[in-house]
Amino acid sequence: MAACSVEELLAKAEQEEAEKLRNITVHKDLDLDFDVGNLLASDKNRIDTRSFKEQNKEDFLRSLARDNTQLLINEIWKLPSERVEEAIVVKLPQPTTPLPREKPPPKPRPPTKWEQFAKLKGIQKKKKTNLVWDETAKEWRRRWGYKRANDDTKDWLIEVPETADPNEDQFAKRLKAKKERVAKNEFNRLKNIARAQKVKVPGLGLTPKAQQSRDELARAVSVAQTSTASVGMFQERLPKEKAPKNTGKKRKFQPLIGDFSNEKQKQLELLKIMDSKKPTLDVTKAVNKQMREEDREEAAAKYKKGAGKKGRKGNMSGKGKGKGGKGKGGKGGKAGGGKKRSKPGKR
Amino acid sequence: MRPLTDEETKIMFEKLSKYIGENIKLLVDRPDGTYCFRLHNDRVYYMSEKILKLATNVSRDKLVSVGTCFGKFTKTNKFRLHITALDFLAPYAKFKVWVKPGAEQSFLYGNHVLKSGLGRITENTMQYQGVVVYSMADMPLGFGVAAKSTQECRRMDPMSIVVFHQADVGEFIRNEDTLT
Repeated sequence: MAACSVEELLAKAEQEEAEKLRNITVHKDLDLDFDVGNLLASDKNRIDTRSFKEQNKEDFLRSLARDNTQLLINEIWKLPSERVEEAIVVKLPQPTTPLPREKPPPKPRPPTKWEQFAKLKGIQKKKKTNLVWDETAKEWRRRWGYKRANDDTKDWLIEVPETADPNEDQFAKRLKAKKERVAKNEFNRLKNIARAQKVKVPGLGLTPKAQQSRDELARAVSVAQTSTASVGMFQERLPKEKAPKNTGKKRKFQPLIGDFSNEKQKQLELLKIMDSKKPTLDVTKAVNKQMREEDREEAAAKYKKGAGKKGRKGNMSGKGKGKGGKGKGGKGGKAGGGKKRSKPGKR
Repeated sequence: MRPLTDEETKIMFEKLSKYIGENIKLLVDRPDGTYCFRLHNDRVYYMSEKILKLATNVSRDKLVSVGTCFGKFTKTNKFRLHITALDFLAPYAKFKVWVKPGAEQSFLYGNHVLKSGLGRITENTMQYQGVVVYSMADMPLGFGVAAKSTQECRRMDPMSIVVFHQADVGEFIRNEDTLT
């Protein structure tokens, strides 16, 4: 009985084991495509629409997802795993599915002034060897940096050139030249950045240049003069020095309640000037006068003739100028009006 | 508020002289007291000295209007007359146009004056001369610019424009909120 029970138990255990294995192994018509690096599995099998409709849709989808996840997990288990602090860890391979990047690729850095020039002239970058032979130390040394070959800062003696001032400190001169070069390089670097970001180059006053023009020097002087605590208020001027040009002008208005009579006088003066500027002969006025004269003559001629033509009375004819004529004889005035209407063709 | 600069004064006087000619002198030099032009919010105000002194008690941002607004300077620094200046333009106007009663309403709605609506016009008005528009009852209605000279007006057809509209008293109602 006991043995039987043991066999039964073993059989049962075996069955359970098989059950477990069945859960682990999933059968698919087509194998899935795996991209373990992205933890991605894509199932190309047809979806069984009949069973999808027959059974609960949620259950169907859940079981499908479980099976596919199981396959993915199986795939991961195939990779070599290791144990790190009670946790089993797998190193995932490189992902194979290309994913689009979230942000646009960065723009290339705009070329510096030198790069532009080199491109224009077709200057290529030449690779220099890192090590050079040092004559004095009789060994190979680095071209640049600490313990470099032919280091001129380590010279203990400098020959004074024939043309140079004998009292000049040649060491200080070299040091100064080096500092200038560094400063110039830094300035150029900043200018390149400013140009890349389309900011105005902050070059005020004396910017390092081979040759300063007259204008630049004048501007530099005026900048230097105003660069004091009092903004140049108490700055002494040289004799015969001209006032700085192109400096901003402050708007100045007259006081709101000032000298009223002076203000009036100024305005009257201005009116006088404006009056005097008017041309003495006004062409349009003269032409109009001539036209009016002709009209009047014609009207007079008509009136003398005493033609009994009945024209429509114009709005303008009487009221504008011909008041006198109208008073004398209505007929003449009317005739004149009628005549005027026919005139434009003539002119 | 501030006095006008010389340049601004010149621009304004040039515009005013189109309507009242050398009569500007009478505005500047008045026997009944001191009057002046002041600029505030790009607008030119004409006021007596007394009013000006009273107005200094009002802070700049709170001050809406003082005296009479003559017009304003545009962003391009041109001067534009407002209808509020009519009280000072009308008595001194050199060139006048009278409109017929039938055309009065059309003009007051902001339309140009047509030949058919023209009642009377000052002799020897030149083309593009600034004119003050009156009703036949000699009531100033607004101002504009003569589109044609007086002589040419006589030969025009009735539907052609004689005076270009610039401002009319109807604006007191139409532009009530912007007119100061």
